This record gives sequence, structure tokens and C-alpha cells, in this order.
Amino acid sequence: MADRVPLVDYLVLSDDPHLVAHECERCGARFFDRRNACASCGATNFHQVDIPRKGTLLTYTIVSTAGPGIQVPFVAAVVDCGGTTVRGNLVNVQPDPGQVRTGMEVRLTTVSVGTDGAGVEAVGYGFEPA
Amino acid sequence: MTQDVWILGISMTKFGKHRDKDSVDLASEAALAAFGDAGVGINDIDVLAAGSLMAGTSAFGQQLQKQIGQTGIPVYNVANACATGATALRTVIMAIKAGEADLGLAVGVEKLSGAGLLGPVNRRKESDTWAPDGRFGALATLDGRVGTDSMPGVFAQIGLEYGHRYGGADFELFARISEKNHAHSTLNPLAAYSKRFTLEEIMNDVMIAYPNTRPMCSANCDGAAAAVVVSDSKLRTLSLEQRRRAVKISASVLTSDPWREGCQVLPDVNTLTRQAATRAYEQAGIGPEDLDLVELHDCFATAELVHYDNLMLCPEGGAVDFFNSGATWRDGKTPVNVSGGLESKGHPIAATGIANVWEICHHLRGEAGDRQIEGARVGLAHVIGLGSACGVHVLEKAAA
Ligand SMILES: [Zn+2]
Repeated sequence: MADRVPLVDYLVLSDDPHLVAHECERCGARFFDRRNACASCGATNFHQVDIPRKGTLLTYTIVSTAGPGIQVPFVAAVVDCGGTTVRGNLVNVQPDPGQVRTGMEVRLTTVSVGTDGAGVEAVGYGFEPA
Repeated sequence: MTQDVWILGISMTKFGKHRDKDSVDLASEAALAAFGDAGVGINDIDVLAAGSLMAGTSAFGQQLQKQIGQTGIPVYNVANACATGATALRTVIMAIKAGEADLGLAVGVEKLSGAGLLGPVNRRKESDTWAPDGRFGALATLDGRVGTDSMPGVFAQIGLEYGHRYGGADFELFARISEKNHAHSTLNPLAAYSKRFTLEEIMNDVMIAYPNTRPMCSANCDGAAAAVVVSDSKLRTLSLEQRRRAVKISASVLTSDPWREGCQVLPDVNTLTRQAATRAYEQAGIGPEDLDLVELHDCFATAELVHYDNLMLCPEGGAVDFFNSGATWRDGKTPVNVSGGLESKGHPIAATGIANVWEICHHLRGEAGDRQIEGARVGLAHVIGLGSACGVHVLEKAAA
């Protein structure tokens, strides 16, 4: 059994961790979740594509007040990775508006989420300043 | 060619805390007041559409009937997030336009006082053994680990994205939008909060999701609103006084969000609002420059800015300059949210899409008292429910 598992199934943990998306074979629209059909054109055939690890910060917020169990503050971000929009936290940066600016270059990194009773570590992802 | 449709009567309850009233009481209060305003009764009504996201029943309209009159008419229980009230109104309008009804009642109500932060409920228990779950095969709650699901956070990103694209939208600008709406609210006796804040007070208040501080977020509260809608042919048979106070629904549009790259990552509230506005202006045969006042969905201060642009109140990309010109203050060129908006009037979700129409009607009828926009003849009411649904209604003063 693996000792490391990805937090989401569109995160590939390898020597070169990266995200993957389902790309519509007809129109090229990309999706991260399990698909039934394409929300852009209705087609039902997809193939998997790798998403570039580097991107540009499109927008963000610094969440200071959140529901129970969510650690604050954190920087929630939306990143343009070579034309595909990706959601993630901005990590390895102070959660301070003076330290974050839209348009900044970022790159994918992995983040430990925790270890379960069987000693398996869940690994998530975030983006850090490039 | 379908016939014109009019608002015959409309009302909203005081927004705020109603400890001794439940959702049915509040909805009844709004409905009975709308009947009084319209000069009709439950026996005149051919169709009812009702919405309440929090009432905890899928047959809320029938519960309302059990208090105000069980006449056997069809009831449509509707839900469309924050556009639920507009959806109820639009449902009744469609029934009348289809020729199946002459008079209809639309009602929206919510009990939300003390509800706290709103966002999706997905706090599943963290398991002792990682097990993938849901559409992303997630091992744990993603909110907070992979971005945010909180409404203040989502709309903060929407506002800063606009700033990224066009520039000029900083924390202080968003706070000044909030300052305007709170200033407007001091003239609205039905607002949940009617306190004026200084810019410093707004910026130094509790930060919820940068750049939205607490007073820059919509206020959870209790409230209801109801509208009686009438066909043009029926209106002609009513009294001169009823015809004089009737408000013409020049456009009624509901849209959902068309697919755009990234829209399933960060909701795109722009495209569907722009499409709804475009269609509404076409239907009404007017342009944004003709509007005497606008009530738009300022669920957060960051949302108001983008909707100036989406509703085409300003040139594309020009929302910051438009706000800085003073245009959206009540003495400006296009007053926006003279009610105080969701940030101070309050946002009892399913009531909001009728309450904003009430505000417009109040001015078009010349009955808005201290906050009357003098000579108002045309207004626009906009709501958006994340997910998404957008409702736009254009209203015009009766010619008579
Ligand atoms: Zn497609």
C-alpha cells in the first residue's frame, strides 16, 4: 500500500508532482472533477492532460474568518496555468495583502495534509511564489 | 405578441430580527400587505409562487396558503439560491404572459438572524483512514485546503479579479462602496441596519475575507417581500387609483451561467449578468443611460463594483472611474442601492429578489418619502444567486 496518497484525484504525486485535467476531445474544455459530459459542448469523450506547474495569480483573497475546523488566515487563490484556471491556496508566503499581488508568477508545490491511523500521509497542493 | 404585465401591489416587511414570528408569519404579513396595496384579496389570485431556502419544507407555499387562504390554485415552490425571490416573481409573470392567469402572487421569505457565515455545508468527518470521496476524489474537506468555498471569499476573489483585469480596485475603493450603501441606509426605515459608518470604521472592522470586512458583507436578517402581478387586460378593468399606482414590468429576465473557461473553478457572475441585462434592455426598449435608479446585488462590496460593469452602467472596464465620479450615490447620475443595499438593508435570501423590486416601485410611485429619487420613471432590479442564477427586472412608472 502506498505511504503517500493525493488529497484529490487530479493531483499526481511523482518525482514531478503535477495536476491533470479531463480535456474534452471535441472542444478542448478542461475539467478537474469526474465527468458525465462536457459543460461547454455536450460531448462525452475526454482524455487526460497534464497541467503546467507554473502559472500567474489571477486573483486571491485572504480568508480571516471561516467555518469550524478551517485554519485561518490563509490565502485562497485562482491561478492561470498556461490557459487553464486552477484553484488552490497560496503557500510559503505571508497572508498579508502587502505580500500578494495579482499577476505574480507562482508554481505548484505539495503540502502535507496529515497522516491517518495506518500511517498513510495525505498530500495536497498549493502554489508558491516562483 | 404577449401582453404587458404590471405590479399591482407590493410590500416588504421590516428587515431585521423577528423573534416572535416564523417564516409563515412573515410571508403572511408581506402577502396580506401586498393584497392591501393592490386592492385585491386571495380569492382574486390565480397562481402563487413562493420561495424560502431556510423554511425546511418543500411545500412552503402551501403552508402560506394555510394561513392566508386555501383556494385550490396552483402553487410553485421555487428555489434558486439568492435569486429565489426574482424566480418566484418571474414564475408568476410567465404564468400571466402565457394567458393562464390574470393575477398572481409571488412571495419570498427567510429567517436568517444570527445565521453567521454562509457557505456550502460539507464539513464531513475526517476519517481515521483516508478514503476518496465526491467528484474530486477528495480525502478531506477541500474548503480551506484548496481555496475557499466561503461566500465572502468567493466574492472577494471576483472583485480582485476585476481589479487585476482593469486596475484601480483596491481595499479602500471597495470600502468606499460600502460607505455609500451604509450612508444610503440611514434614510430607509425598513433596513435591518441604518447606521452610517466612516471609511475608517469600515476598513478597521473585523476582516472576513480580504478585502471584505464585516460591514462590507450582506447582513443576515429576517424578512419577507411579496408582489401581486396583474395582466394588462385585467388592469384595464380596475379602478383609476389602481391603474395610476400600477408599475409596468418592462422586462423580466432570468439567466444561468453559460460555460466559460474557469467558471467551475471560480464562479463567473459576470457573463450571465451581462446577458440578462442585455436581454432586459432589449425587452424594455431602453438603455442603461435611461435608468433613474438601480438596486443591484451587493452581497459584498466587491460584488457591487463588477455589476456596474455587468449591467453596463459604465463602459466596459470603467467601473472604478464610474464609482469615483460619484455616479452611484443617491445624488449622482445613476443612483445605486439607495435602499442601503444588502450590506445594510439586509439579505433575507429568498425575499431579496422581490424586496429590491419593491424599492424601485416605491420610487416610481413617488412614495419613497425621505429617500425619494425625484422624478424617477425607470428603474432596474438585479439579483444573482451563486451557482448561478441571475434575475433582472426593469420597471416603469405608469403613463397615466
Ligand atoms: Zn466540449
